[in-house]
Amino acid sequence: SGSNFSTITVCRELHEMGFHVSHSQITRLYSRFTSLDKGENGTLSREDFQRIPELAINPLGDRIINAFFPEGEDQVNFRGFMRTLAHFRPIEDNEKNKDPTASEPLNSRTNKLLFAFQLYDLDRDDKISRDELLQVLRMMVGVNISDEQLGSIADRTIQEADQNGDNSISFNEFIKVLEKVDVEQKMSIRFLH
Amino acid sequence: MPAFSCAFPGCRRDLLVIVLVVFVGIGLPIEASAPAYQSHGTEGSHLTNITNTKKAFPVLAVNYEHVRKPFEIALWILLALLMKLGFHLIPRLSAVVPESCLLIVVGLLVGGLIKVIGEEPPVLDSQLFFLCLLPPIILDAGYFLPIRPFTENVGTILVFAVIGTLWNAFFMGGLLYALCQIESVGLSGVDLLACLLFGSIVSAVDPVAVLAVFEEIHINELVHILVFGESLLNDAVTVVLYNLFEEFSKVGTVTVLDVFLGVVCFFVVSLGGVLVGAIYGFLAAFTSRFTSHTRVIEPLFVFLYSYMAYLSSEMFHLSGIMALIACGVVMRPYVEANISHKSYTTIKYFLKMWSSVSETLIFIFLGVSTVAGPHAWNWTFVITTVILCLVSRVLGVIGLTFIINKFRIVKLTKKDQFIVAYGGLRGAIAFSLGYLLSNSHQMRNLFLTAIITVIFFTVFVQGMTIRPLVELLAVKKKKESKPSINEEIHTEFLDHLLTGVEGVCGHYGHYHWKEKLNRFNKTYVKRWLIAGENFKEPELIAFYRKMELKQAIMMVESGQLPSVLPSTISMQNIQPRAIPRVSKKREEEIRRILRANLQNNKQKMRSRSYSRHTLFDADEEDNVSEVRLRKTKMEMERRVSVMERRMSHYLTVPANRESPRPGVRRVRFESDNQVFSADSFPTVHFEQPSPPSTPDAVSLEEEVPKRPSLRADIEGPRGNASDNHQGELDYQRLARCLSDPGPNKDKEDDDPFMSC
Repeated sequence: SGSNFSTITVCRELHEMGFHVSHSQITRLYSRFTSLDKGENGTLSREDFQRIPELAINPLGDRIINAFFPEGEDQVNFRGFMRTLAHFRPIEDNEKNKDPTASEPLNSRTNKLLFAFQLYDLDRDDKISRDELLQVLRMMVGVNISDEQLGSIADRTIQEADQNGDNSISFNEFIKVLEKVDVEQKMSIRFLH
Repeated sequence: MPAFSCAFPGCRRDLLVIVLVVFVGIGLPIEASAPAYQSHGTEGSHLTNITNTKKAFPVLAVNYEHVRKPFEIALWILLALLMKLGFHLIPRLSAVVPESCLLIVVGLLVGGLIKVIGEEPPVLDSQLFFLCLLPPIILDAGYFLPIRPFTENVGTILVFAVIGTLWNAFFMGGLLYALCQIESVGLSGVDLLACLLFGSIVSAVDPVAVLAVFEEIHINELVHILVFGESLLNDAVTVVLYNLFEEFSKVGTVTVLDVFLGVVCFFVVSLGGVLVGAIYGFLAAFTSRFTSHTRVIEPLFVFLYSYMAYLSSEMFHLSGIMALIACGVVMRPYVEANISHKSYTTIKYFLKMWSSVSETLIFIFLGVSTVAGPHAWNWTFVITTVILCLVSRVLGVIGLTFIINKFRIVKLTKKDQFIVAYGGLRGAIAFSLGYLLSNSHQMRNLFLTAIITVIFFTVFVQGMTIRPLVELLAVKKKKESKPSINEEIHTEFLDHLLTGVEGVCGHYGHYHWKEKLNRFNKTYVKRWLIAGENFKEPELIAFYRKMELKQAIMMVESGQLPSVLPSTISMQNIQPRAIPRVSKKREEEIRRILRANLQNNKQKMRSRSYSRHTLFDADEEDNVSEVRLRKTKMEMERRVSVMERRMSHYLTVPANRESPRPGVRRVRFESDNQVFSADSFPTVHFEQPSPPSTPDAVSLEEEVPKRPSLRADIEGPRGNASDNHQGELDYQRLARCLSDPGPNKDKEDDDPFMSC
């Protein structure tokens, strides 16, 4: 199936998505895709991702894998793969001057932050609740820290960010606390340029 | 034009008197030294003739020679610091003219004075400069180097430092040689190698000058780290080029082999310097693991190991500056996990103090050396040098940025480029290198004159105009930020996310290697270098703990926490070590108090400590609106009353105590020249020259007498509101409790603190 694959088609589709990527990059990522695709059926399953060693030791490995799969599905094709990776493309200067009425590209600051936010917010209620935060903290910190300590950190975090008093972090509050962090640089992978 | 709005009527007069006394004081020893020699000589010859003539017992005798050297050194330093003091008493002056300029002017005056007296003014001895004056400044810079922006931009910094400096050196050297070929200039004796040597001396951006000027303009972090990092890392290039051309100009010819060896030398010098620094850094970290019983000497280890790193690398002609930076960077995370809170404060204070003194002395000596000469003035050469410096710098920055931007995610804008180019100041290192040239160089005096002119031009013209230009161009300024647990958590979250995505892409990028380094550090390095069980502590937990501790200390100092709690506050450190467990309820109360304080705490906990003059930025107060103050005050009062009701049975403090203001403490320190009266803000003025100003106050006992003014209320002027005597007693008990955590803890001052 690799020989029938048309990079031009994919390129065009991605351009329509707002993901302006060069042919060489698509080829490169496609070869990566196929090398991960052990079943050779043109889609990746969760097991394929879990075989990646860096994800296996990553505290957020499972969540990252889930981010690639659309709601409720177990397989992701190359378009979906690229769509998720599109978030991590560096922001181009000339893109900033584009037509403001066009839909925001996937790699805009807001969309990057939304991607990260959705990794916290598993139940998609547009809020990071205390429990969701605790889960993430637990994953990052390991097993040696007691629940009370993590709880107090979570409380402190929410209290710092929470402005409307609902004891959870909404997307806007999330954006606000990260306003000093250079998200454009941090959430960009250079080779996806 | 109104001059000084001094706090005291007679201070202006007093200051002038002090200055005059000091001037006279300098003149005296220099004069006294001359006749002293003569009297010794005559004494000797007399003694051989006179046998038993008894002299009266000398009740009072002057023996200046005995104390001469230390006396003069101390006097110079005292003069320098008095001048610094004087500048900041003159309100408008330090806002317009950077301190470095003023100090050079003072140096010129002092040099002139000494010359008028008829003595030889002392010149900035290169030995003294490189071995005593430069290391504190570099150590201060290296120890407090902000790691994240530095490593994110290290590629750009290296390109500017290495290629930029090379470009500058060759461009200037080449063009000056071409100039010297022109008959009318009259310098036809200067050969190419001498010009290249001169070019290599003048081309390097000077860290001392950059620090001195950039300190005061608060530019955004990116540009700051670019210029500053460049000034530090170009030392290797300067050392190699200087040695290379110095060697070659003796020989007279250059072969390809020599050039190749030069390149190899560059790598040896820079990497060797870093290696030496890293070795000493690890040694220092290892030593600090065992200092839990001898806390008092902890800071000395940091200073001595760093200084040894510098000296060792200088011994091998490696880059001492890079060694010092590497030492500071390597040892910092481990040392800070091991040493006590007070040791950390001591290190910070001493580094700031020494680097401040060094910088002051350097600039004054620059001024004095200018007067001392020797000079050889050649209009064309000197003017061309100055112009070429600027031109080559601008061309270099523009050209390199064009290339670099292809590889950067966040591009450098034109404004950034301008500041980077304009901020390339030359300073005392160039002068010292020039001074080191042996007298066999027939152009030495000319070179020295040209170097001094360039330094003066960059420091005065560029230094003075950069601040208005920054305002004019509306360059992004440094964003003040309190350490935020949110930022910390989310940044670490994003780190993991990006590492994972890089793994998915199969791309071994920035995050991949950073993660590998972290893992290596955690599994192998930390267990050797960090004392006790602390090495297992995740960074996030350490960050949080330090944040809470600092906040607790601040609250105690501002009087918000009642007396019973401090013994539990010290146990609030959530350490893996065994601590006496506090009842859960009390812990909850403590945490609630701390969280309540969060909303109302306007204090900046600790800004990036690479600021030379302020230990925390103190000029944000005027931006806070009164409205927000009132709102937060009301919120605070509500919470405190809720708290107090709940805790009334825990406390010995009477329940009708008035709600405390979060004491927003400011200190007038060095460059902070804004005077706030107690009317406008609830601030505290510590009028002493160097009070323990940071929230990590060294000794809280000293602050007790000041306490009444801490309770300033927003409503009205509150100069010396001395409230509640009961509160005073509580505070004293509190203060004592906090600095002496009580019999339970067998180790005093065991608490680590937060790194910035």
